[in-house]
Amino acid sequence: MYEEPILQVRNLHKQFGPGCVQCSSSSDRHLEKNYCPNCGTVYACQNLSFDLYPGEILGIVGESGSGKSTMMQCLYFDAEVTSGEAYIADGHETAYENVFELSSQQQRFIRNHKYGMVYQNPVHGLKMNFSSVGNIAEKLIAAGNRNVADMESTSKTLLESVHIPLFRMKEAPKNFSGGMQQRVQIAKALSNNPPILFLDEVTTGLDLSVQANVLDLIKKIQRELGISMIVVSHDLAVIRMLADRTIVMLNGRIIEEGLTDQILEDPQHAYTQQLVYSLL
Amino acid sequence: MKTESHFAFFDEGSKKEIRRAILKAVAIPGYQVPFASREMPIARGWGTGGLQITLSIIGKTDVLKVIDQGADESVNAVSIKKLVNSTTGVKLVERTQDASIIQSRHRIPEVPLTEDQILVLQVPQPEPLRKVEAREYITKILHSEDDYSGAWLMLFEQIMKYGKTSTGADHPVYVNNRYVMAPSPIPRFDNPKMHQSDALILLGAGREKKIYAVPPYTDVKSLAFDDYPFSVESFAGKHCHLCGATEVFMDELIDTETSETIYQCNDTSYCMDRLNENEEAEVKGNYV
Repeated sequence: MYEEPILQVRNLHKQFGPGCVQCSSSSDRHLEKNYCPNCGTVYACQNLSFDLYPGEILGIVGESGSGKSTMMQCLYFDAEVTSGEAYIADGHETAYENVFELSSQQQRFIRNHKYGMVYQNPVHGLKMNFSSVGNIAEKLIAAGNRNVADMESTSKTLLESVHIPLFRMKEAPKNFSGGMQQRVQIAKALSNNPPILFLDEVTTGLDLSVQANVLDLIKKIQRELGISMIVVSHDLAVIRMLADRTIVMLNGRIIEEGLTDQILEDPQHAYTQQLVYSLL
Repeated sequence: MKTESHFAFFDEGSKKEIRRAILKAVAIPGYQVPFASREMPIARGWGTGGLQITLSIIGKTDVLKVIDQGADESVNAVSIKKLVNSTTGVKLVERTQDASIIQSRHRIPEVPLTEDQILVLQVPQPEPLRKVEAREYITKILHSEDDYSGAWLMLFEQIMKYGKTSTGADHPVYVNNRYVMAPSPIPRFDNPKMHQSDALILLGAGREKKIYAVPPYTDVKSLAFDDYPFSVESFAGKHCHLCGATEVFMDELIDTETSETIYQCNDTSYCMDRLNENEEAEVKGNYV
């Protein structure tokens, strides 16, 4: 018996620019890194296919410009894909439909009910001038909740679980430190119990003790709530700690994938080898 | 301008364009239709949106009433009335019942409107989501995707801060269960008057270049959380010190002689009507 993946991504392709005769065929494209030297078209994601299983953490590593964040933006509908398919299986009416082809209303529904997103920069995920409790409530309101008392108590529980002191819950995140903002963002992403959570470089820019806190929190969430996560990072230590399986990306392609231990201990691709051995 | 101007100030092309925007607005209740707001002889922000609607729908047989915060005689209302009158020659009135077009700033009259009347409201900010999202490009998408979490979030924040929703005016409403609309800065007291209104309600924002509408007999529901129901301003136990009216929207004044707080009808023509009725009844009583 095989487990059914909760998220299937097939041939996700995202390019910036129209392409030319030299680069438009996918089989023999002559690119310099990820762009075409002739017309300047950038191929940010090429033919990405992978599965995410319930309750697992999938790590994605790669150098900057390898297409990690673009892929996340595509999955979260922040950016439109050029072509490709993705399926979400969890008994919902759009379970067997390509989510990239759904109407923007349906995509918004998926964002509000099925997804949580934690951006690298909290400015993108939070409304900095609204209270922290309001920020969390926003996601609940979007998911259809219209009961203030209920939303307030949910927000309180979440803020407590990410170690934000409750006496500051009515304060705006702009008054918080970077680590606290990131934790509020995580609380917001978790508020409607999404089955799928995207984490984009969540610990980048945080100091080590706060990093450890946030990583602990993510581990705890996975253990206790069984949420599937895609974690993008260029920090191999983060990937080693969190991810069950890992995908290595280079120039918009998946060059290697497998169990995290396997990839870190016995890298096959030249780039992965370089990446792993350049660890200080 | 007095003798040579075109009927109702505008050239026919302008009127046609604005009427088209109005028709579209009526066809899609609550949807903000962009229009080419004209330069007017009054400053933007002083009712140019309402004035442009009034001028493009008015005919020779129409009877016009203009109110400004409930008052028929404030400068703004008088100036607008004068402009319309000098370019069209229509009759001006103060009694709500006698008017066929009522242009208003920030109030809906106390006397219920009828099917034969059109209410034109002046709007400073037509976008109910503007406080949460500054970009028009994004708010258009939010409207199209029926995502009004921003409007709800504002109310939620008020409840968090003050323990209740604290919109003094312009409390957002759902129109026909689809679009969330800014009802213009009318007090919450007037919001229920929009629901299933007999009269056509047109809203014009001149500076923001938007026209929208609530057609007659359309559902208009004020946004409210399950555990914090919508409520209007309460004037329980208060009465107008002039005409004695209760359960109307009142202004709070300080009596300059006694320094006591007194209340007065905000709708001046309604108050005047009641005073006249009272006097008539008194005179009749004395005569018999």
